[in-house]
Amino acid sequence: MFRKLVSKEFLIEWRQKYAINGILLYLATTIFITYLSLGVQRGLIHPLTWNSIFWIIFSFIAINAIAKSFSGDEKRQQLYMYSLVDPQMLFAAKSAYNILLLTVFGLISFVFYSFVMGNPVANTPLFLINLVLTSIGFAAILTMVSGIASNAENTATLMAVLSLPIMVPLLLLSIKISKAAIDNFEILLVWKPLLSIFALDIIIVVVGLVLFPYLWRS
Amino acid sequence: MKKNWWKYLTIVLLIYTVVAGFLIEAPRLNILNESIRNLFFHVPMWFGMVIILTGSVIQSVRYLSSNDLNKDIGADVLAKVGIWYGVLGLVTGAVWATYTWGRMAGWLADPKITAVFVTLLIYFAYLLLRSSLNDEQKRARVSAVYNIFAYPLMISLLFILPRLAENSLHPGNAGNPGFNAYDLDSRLRMVFYPAVIGWTLLGYWIATLHFRIRKIEHKLEEE
Repeated sequence: MFRKLVSKEFLIEWRQKYAINGILLYLATTIFITYLSLGVQRGLIHPLTWNSIFWIIFSFIAINAIAKSFSGDEKRQQLYMYSLVDPQMLFAAKSAYNILLLTVFGLISFVFYSFVMGNPVANTPLFLINLVLTSIGFAAILTMVSGIASNAENTATLMAVLSLPIMVPLLLLSIKISKAAIDNFEILLVWKPLLSIFALDIIIVVVGLVLFPYLWRS
Repeated sequence: MKKNWWKYLTIVLLIYTVVAGFLIEAPRLNILNESIRNLFFHVPMWFGMVIILTGSVIQSVRYLSSNDLNKDIGADVLAKVGIWYGVLGLVTGAVWATYTWGRMAGWLADPKITAVFVTLLIYFAYLLLRSSLNDEQKRARVSAVYNIFAYPLMISLLFILPRLAENSLHPGNAGNPGFNAYDLDSRLRMVFYPAVIGWTLLGYWIATLHFRIRKIEHKLEEE
């Protein structure tokens, strides 16, 4: 059942390619505008600035990519799903799909960003582990918040306002770790924040699983 | 009379806090000096904020398990009082910081202040979510879900991240003189713990009054 739901998400995404293409274009435009407005030549930007701008761009990409997670479904379709599957299963499937989506977007934006702005990262494996762990947390938070925001009228504003403050703990931790990755730290030296991110991911997913059935009741 | 014993307790505790807080002998700590008396006014605001916001989450949980709208109003009211305590904590902290840190610029950079700011943002978002939903039951349910969902993240922000950060100007952090478990003077404790209980009870008292006003408004609307 779980697999079927995830593959259903993929199928819908594949049918309406404009959504994914839209996010890709959004990603490219944002990164290019950052490049233009900072007026940087390759490699001249300070690594700390490079780092924070990357994470800010990534969080906004994440919000935009997942915002339509529930508002995309029609009301009738939602009712049908409600009668068919367990809400927890649905949440698990949606977040699993969003985690995959966000990880891919994260990798693409990392590649494109380092292509445009230069790449100061010395310890790439650490940076990528961090990117994946953060994507898991972001995706789970945003799936839940998108479910919450789809109940109200002004979805777009609510999506950003509701999700950004609760993404801050993850964001701060991941900026800390990727700073370590830029300074070429060993993975073992940053096990504390890595473990904290992992623990936060688990907490978010579990709390989401517990709460989602209440959200879905309408 | 019997039901209101905690209100009298609040008054007694707060009078004790103010009188004793200004009159007891303060330990001579470097830089802090007399300003350590802010311990009885600034720090209890944070304790009160966290306890009251926890109360708000408990009300939300109780709403989800009972569908009783009173619980939802309780969660809303407690969240508002919690926000007020957060703002008051920032103000009392800012006054204190002017005289001990000697500067206001860059005070946002302190991890504890950042955490509080983000906490306030979360609860402002909670209030915005409430105001953008019109249906009563739906508003109660959806905002309860958000309240509970945001809570563990807020706690991680308030308690874990400041400890992971290397530098902070707050007493007790990064080698500053302060009131950690081992150097909190026993005389300070005599006032500090009653102050925490007193200020928290005051917050709860304000919340109950607010709750009753909301109930009356609700009744008037129905008539």
